[in-house]
Amino acid sequence: MMIKREDVEHVAMLARLELSEADTEKFTRQLNDILQAVDKLKKLDTANVEPTAHAAPMKNVFRPDKARLSWPQEAVLANAPDPVDGFFRVPKIMEG
Amino acid sequence: MAYIGDYEIVIGLEVHAELLTESKLFCGCSTEFGAEPNTHVCPVCLGLPGVLPVLNEKAVRYAVKAGLALNCQIADFSKFDRKNYFYPDLPKAYQISQYDLPLCRKGKMRVMVNGEVKEIGITRVHLEEEAGKSVHSAETILGSDYSKEDYNRTGIPLIEIVSEPDMRSPEEAKAYLERLKTILQYTGVSDVKMEEGSLRCDANISLRPKEATKFGTRTELKNMNSFRAVQKALEYEAGRQEEVLRQGGVIVQETRTWDESRGVTISMRGKEEANDYRYFPEPDLVPVVVERSLVEELRAELPELPNSRMERYMREFGLPEFDADLIASSKPLADFFEEAAKQCRDPKAVANWVMGDFTRLLKAEEIEADRSKLRPRHLVEMLALIDKGTISGKIAKTVFEEMFATGKDAAIVVKEKGLVQISDEGEVTRIIDRILAENPQSVTDFKAGKEKAITFLVGQVMRASKGKANPALVNEILRKKLAGL
Ligand SMILES: [Zn+2]
Repeated sequence: MMIKREDVEHVAMLARLELSEADTEKFTRQLNDILQAVDKLKKLDTANVEPTAHAAPMKNVFRPDKARLSWPQEAVLANAPDPVDGFFRVPKIMEG
Repeated sequence: MAYIGDYEIVIGLEVHAELLTESKLFCGCSTEFGAEPNTHVCPVCLGLPGVLPVLNEKAVRYAVKAGLALNCQIADFSKFDRKNYFYPDLPKAYQISQYDLPLCRKGKMRVMVNGEVKEIGITRVHLEEEAGKSVHSAETILGSDYSKEDYNRTGIPLIEIVSEPDMRSPEEAKAYLERLKTILQYTGVSDVKMEEGSLRCDANISLRPKEATKFGTRTELKNMNSFRAVQKALEYEAGRQEEVLRQGGVIVQETRTWDESRGVTISMRGKEEANDYRYFPEPDLVPVVVERSLVEELRAELPELPNSRMERYMREFGLPEFDADLIASSKPLADFFEEAAKQCRDPKAVANWVMGDFTRLLKAEEIEADRSKLRPRHLVEMLALIDKGTISGKIAKTVFEEMFATGKDAAIVVKEKGLVQISDEGEVTRIIDRILAENPQSVTDFKAGKEKAITFLVGQVMRASKGKANPALVNEILRKKLAGL
């Protein structure tokens, strides 16, 4: 699989990243290098290996359904740039 | 209407239901509804750096239970994935959901539509977290200069139930939703209140030429706030698509929002591109393995479900299918009916009161049967009073309303309001004599063979007695008197 320039531009747009021409060139090259490295793994016989869903060999880590105190509202809003009436205020969501 | 113009309608629904847990899906914040904004929020909810989600065990049990109630297969091995998108109600900029290995899949549900049974496939049921709530500065999102975000709801456990595209009319879609709501209510995993947003529905709809096997291009409808709105939005959208196709146009795959006040769906341009969610496995959560023993334990906990109750009411109590289905479609109502019917000789009379006056009063008060002051024993006692002739069926309506309003016993209401039926021959005769004297024309009419005149006279006697005269006795004495005149 080859990563094209347009793929990088598309992913950057989805991540809301603004890339310069030079960055786009560089990341296209780097991402292809990574994919080539991963491609080497394809040579291994994995017919009898279960797909890995998680790096740690663990399953079923649960917590009981018990409510505990949350943070005070002031602490929750401490990082909000523009709080109002206990809410996070955000700019216009959708252009008409 | 399975067809519109030359086209067949194809509908699939995605329903989100909040689970009735005490705490959120991945943290211990409370799920309580209606708290001050941003007071049930912690670093996990906010997605602050360094936090780790830990899965709520009860939410898993509830999701599996819902899957079992919908006849799904429960996965041996299940995992969580990140669904990535930017939206202000999603502080982490990803939603923890399930992509390729949902907890439940391949279920089915039976729905009654116009007296016919229809089977609708359930593609999957998966567990995911709820988003926050946006309050817009103006009435619509498009007209708003800014919005306010409350993250109390962020992280409440949800199940998403995806149906197969098996529905062929907006009416079937509504019937499916109603039955699904009932099943979730019976199972006790969600309080399924559409007004509070604990149950929501998005709809996919497409048209295809009659006889075609391939599906047409679909649109996704959002923002319907009631089952009726879902049906109306689907009806509108079917009409819109038919017109586009009839005029030789093509349907664009897009998300459209339902505008309730104008009764139209509106394209949400630009949303299509964002539908690239780049799912990947959630590295912060380990897989879930549901043991067969747990599946069997949860299956054993399932209550008797609506279809089975309906069949039992027909068998045990001799109810007609329509009545049995109607009563079984609400668990509190069905519980009420059963408790009363078991203590009565005449379960059909119980069914009539439950479906008639009781349902009407519950609707007016906007409560479910389990919140009513009138309990099954009240109805049982009242029916006994009718049987004994203490009150008439007509007066019983008044007694029933009073019991509903106050929770007082039937006998007490009858005594306090002086509603005992007048079965004393002398007293009834006195009233009849007076009415006959006051209505000579009706007497003449009756003598001339106008049978209707007697109905009028009975009505007058009942009115004069404030509805308390024993109707059978009134009829009997009146006929005797008229014959002797
Ligand atoms: Zn939290």
